[in-house]
Amino acid sequence: MLWNSLTYAGWGRVKTASGPVARPERVSSLQAALADDPGPAIGHCRSYGDACLNDGRPAVKMVRLDRMIGFDETTGILEAEAGLKVGEIARVFAPRGWLPTVMPGTGFATVGGCIANDVHGKNHHGAGSFGQYVTEITLMQGGKQTRITPQSDPELFRATVGGMGQTGVIVAAKLQLLACKGDVMVVTERRIDNFDSFVAALDGSKATYTVGWIDATAKGDQLGRGILEEGETDYGLVPAKKSSKSVPFNAPRFALSKPVVKAFNNAYYRRVSEAGRTSVKPIQDYFFPLDRIHDWNRLYGKAGFIQFQCVVPMGKLSAVKRLLEKIAHSGQASPLAVLKRMGPGRAGMMSFPMEGYTLAVDFRAGKKAFKLINELENMTAEAGGRVYFAKDATLGAQHVPAMYPELSTFAAVINKIDPDGVYETDLTRRLKIRSAL
Amino acid sequence: MTENWIILGATSSMAKAFGRAVSVEGARVFLAGRDMADLETSAEDCRLRGAVGAEAVTFDARDISGFGAIVERVTQEDGMINVAVFVGSMPPQAEIDADPSLIAGVVSDSYTGPAAFLQTIAPAMEARGGGTVIGVGSVAGDRGRIGNYVYGSAKAGFHTYLSGLRNRLTRSGGHVVTVKPGFVDSAMTWGIEGMFLVAPPENVARDLLAAVEKKKNTIYTPFFWRIIMGIIKAIPERMFKKMSV
Ligand SMILES: Cc1cc2nc3c(=O)[nH]c(=O)nc-3n(C[C@H](O)[C@H](O)[C@H](O)COP(=O)(O)OP(=O)(O)OC[C@H]3O[C@@H](n4cnc5c(N)ncnc54)[C@H](O)[C@@H]3O)c2cc1C
Repeated sequence: MLWNSLTYAGWGRVKTASGPVARPERVSSLQAALADDPGPAIGHCRSYGDACLNDGRPAVKMVRLDRMIGFDETTGILEAEAGLKVGEIARVFAPRGWLPTVMPGTGFATVGGCIANDVHGKNHHGAGSFGQYVTEITLMQGGKQTRITPQSDPELFRATVGGMGQTGVIVAAKLQLLACKGDVMVVTERRIDNFDSFVAALDGSKATYTVGWIDATAKGDQLGRGILEEGETDYGLVPAKKSSKSVPFNAPRFALSKPVVKAFNNAYYRRVSEAGRTSVKPIQDYFFPLDRIHDWNRLYGKAGFIQFQCVVPMGKLSAVKRLLEKIAHSGQASPLAVLKRMGPGRAGMMSFPMEGYTLAVDFRAGKKAFKLINELENMTAEAGGRVYFAKDATLGAQHVPAMYPELSTFAAVINKIDPDGVYETDLTRRLKIRSAL
Repeated sequence: MTENWIILGATSSMAKAFGRAVSVEGARVFLAGRDMADLETSAEDCRLRGAVGAEAVTFDARDISGFGAIVERVTQEDGMINVAVFVGSMPPQAEIDADPSLIAGVVSDSYTGPAAFLQTIAPAMEARGGGTVIGVGSVAGDRGRIGNYVYGSAKAGFHTYLSGLRNRLTRSGGHVVTVKPGFVDSAMTWGIEGMFLVAPPENVARDLLAAVEKKKNTIYTPFFWRIIMGIIKAIPERMFKKMSV
């Protein structure tokens, strides 16, 4: 059948929606679904909050339109349907010496989802964002397909990349892949003692892929301590693949209680010796470490969780430190906290990246967490930073115009394309994206 | 030696997953069906995943006159000829009740069409001394039930046909695998009420490849459907006729 009436959730499972969902397996059924009851496209719902939800209204799940349509060996340009997982591209192409130029931390993200959030990866400081490597998009608007490029339709292109699905359904796209040595990664891990050294290490890193894991429970002298991970692609013997595991049920509350997280973080930090270490990992394990455990979002229990991710501009390092202090003192942080240097690369009007530092931390959902995140959002706004829509479930609409200066241009473009708001999602309604003038 | 796989009904999700699985192993695939635009895209996908060749061919289960051309095309290639049958159609029983003439179409799509195709290609397989047929039937063919007995009876006919064909092809070194899938997560089951334990098409494809490798005769996929159907088949008819399972 065309429609399935479903209750579905964002990855953090705090936000859910109920409504008819179509999951076409051919372009003709996609057309039929949109003609029947148009709605926004969604992917594998790896967005944490409500970006991928449309409560009480229809949505089109693109995951079965997941074919590779063409590849040019000389240019490295791959055309793929929007439902293809980025991890699948890496799996098929890395052994042949190609990788998606930009990959988010989960291989389950679809090409369409990566474009719509203009995602970034561990190489953002050098390579920029996903959308910068999209050379053409096939967009379906009201049953009609058009091919757009950054040259042919600059405004529509910049509204589609990072555009949260608001310009129509991305059916397929051409991606510039990156030549790589092979399908393994050489990874160097180093312990970093505190915030200032961490920033210095991130700034000084010459690696292609760099990311920092932060112990968000550490305070005082140890505030901002963690592990710096630097990676390069390589070829050679791939270590035996560990089989994937899954989390079969919701974890009880104590699993992420304060003492458990503190102990875990301490052990994780000491795992890497003071001298550091270098290891070889299969590419999938390096880029998508969490994908090995299926449904790991259940670890946070029934209540679900929220990821707060912000980026703060270069001059505002002290604000990043204050954010970390606030998080450490709240005692609410989970083991998942990441600090990364971002470059200026972005490809859409509503793209998240800006040159500066991005901080991402998970919190178990609850009243206390909401209050804390609210304060973090205010602090981010004050520092001239932004909150990432792909993770967001809580931001107040009042913050959006300052955080995203091209909002009014964007709103004008999408209101013209879609005056009835059929592509709106729970997120765009919550953030009043359409009403910005 | 290259394995040629003709995939009948190649637009279905199960067939797509199977086509990808044999492509990774370096087969040559012929994707047969009606939606040529869709099949061309799938063919390119198969090539990029490792198929030595992939092309779309027109196949309509209700039009026997087109079968010869496919056989002719495939026999131009060297290597073993294998066929995987994924065709079938299941209009809601209520629609069939209202319009009994629909039965002929269900039987063509699910049984007589693919059987006629296999009958047409069998001599070519025999001539090459091997090859495998995967016939996707259904657990619905194991016992007639109120919800889908027309479809079920067509699949039951197909099962019997496959066991006969197995008997025949074995003599020339060939093999036939009869597959009885339970609920598969596909466009056919999407949004249908009462679905449970739906299997991802990729898992079904994996089971099919394993069955070919091990020369299984009949498999249920996922495996536990053998137990479920064992129980359903064991219910005495005098009770079963009053049940709605
Ligand atoms: C473990 C984990 C790690 C992550 N790491 C990173 C990271 O390092 N960097 C980063 O940037 N993000 C990261 N993310 C976020 C994730 O990459 C994005 O949320 C991404 O958009 C998810 O893709 P999806 O296919 O699941 O899309 P969904 O979440 O289903 O949808 C996201 C948005 O895309 C739109 N959309 C989806 N498909 C289409 C289409 N075909 N046409 C038009 N619009 C469409 C939807 O309407 C929605 O607005 C991570 C997420 C997880 C779970």
